[in-house]
Amino acid sequence: MSEIAWIVLAAALMTYLTRAGGHLVLSRFSRIHPRVEAGLNAVPAAVFTTLIAPAAMNASTAEALALVAAALIGLWGGMFPVFLGGGLVLIVGRYLLG
Amino acid sequence: MIVASAPFGVLFGALAVQTGFTVGEAVLMSATVFAGASQMVGIELFGKSIPAWMIVLSVFAVNFRHVLYSAAFGRRTAHWSVPRKAFAFFFLADPQFAESERKVEAGETIGFVWYMGLALPMYGLWVLNTWLGALFGRLIPDTHALGLDYLLPIYFVGMLMGFRKRPLWLPVVIASGAAAMVAHSWVGSPWHVSIGATAGILLAAFMPVNAAARTDAASRKGITGDPT
Repeated sequence: MSEIAWIVLAAALMTYLTRAGGHLVLSRFSRIHPRVEAGLNAVPAAVFTTLIAPAAMNASTAEALALVAAALIGLWGGMFPVFLGGGLVLIVGRYLLG
Repeated sequence: MIVASAPFGVLFGALAVQTGFTVGEAVLMSATVFAGASQMVGIELFGKSIPAWMIVLSVFAVNFRHVLYSAAFGRRTAHWSVPRKAFAFFFLADPQFAESERKVEAGETIGFVWYMGLALPMYGLWVLNTWLGALFGRLIPDTHALGLDYLLPIYFVGMLMGFRKRPLWLPVVIASGAAAMVAHSWVGSPWHVSIGATAGILLAAFMPVNAAARTDAASRKGITGDPT
């Protein structure tokens, strides 16, 4: 096997450990503290924000417009309109603004 | 959602081949890791002669959020058998977790058949799109003009907006966003993910529990929020 294949398999194992590990650790506790629960409820918003942050920081004008458009469409519609609308603003923006 | 992830599968395959993966290695990565953002980080590092352990560690850091998904998801599926849970955890990617949480918010329980009915098509298409992308990657004319390189952030914005009704959503977004930007500048990628998320989660955990619960209850009754 190539070195790349070994690295990929190691990465796969680590990824599975993250997906199974959180539950394995938390299921040892019979009762979940309200603060832990509040923290867990914040997980999706916190993580998705961090995935967006670098792209927002380094955004060109067209890219920033696309992110704002996606967020505004998200106030009203689901994933698919967000994706189409954001993508369209991006393509048109890059075409017009370079 | 499947439509939303399709371009990333193709894009991953195309980029992987361009950074020196064979078609088989690109497909192997999608089939065994099954985590888009971390795979993108992985192939970016492969192209820059970075030590193997650092690549694996970076994939782990990007995927560390799954520990939190896993803990939350495990609470929702306490009624499942252990082998089912062990199998299901493999597929617990961002959209899979988001859809599961949305189902719980709608007051429904997560069934194994429902979960797999979502997971297996997503997984199959992810692997298939990677393969197609790797085969035909060089034929994609101009990924920049088509906006393919920036679809991932747009996708995450859509995901983020889907959770805006949760208690403390805006403070969490602001805290995580600020911490992630500082960490991205000072510590560097991929640690901004873990550091930024920790900031938002700690904020939520250390806000007065009663205030958070009141806000939650009030918003459910329609007292706060929409003034109309």
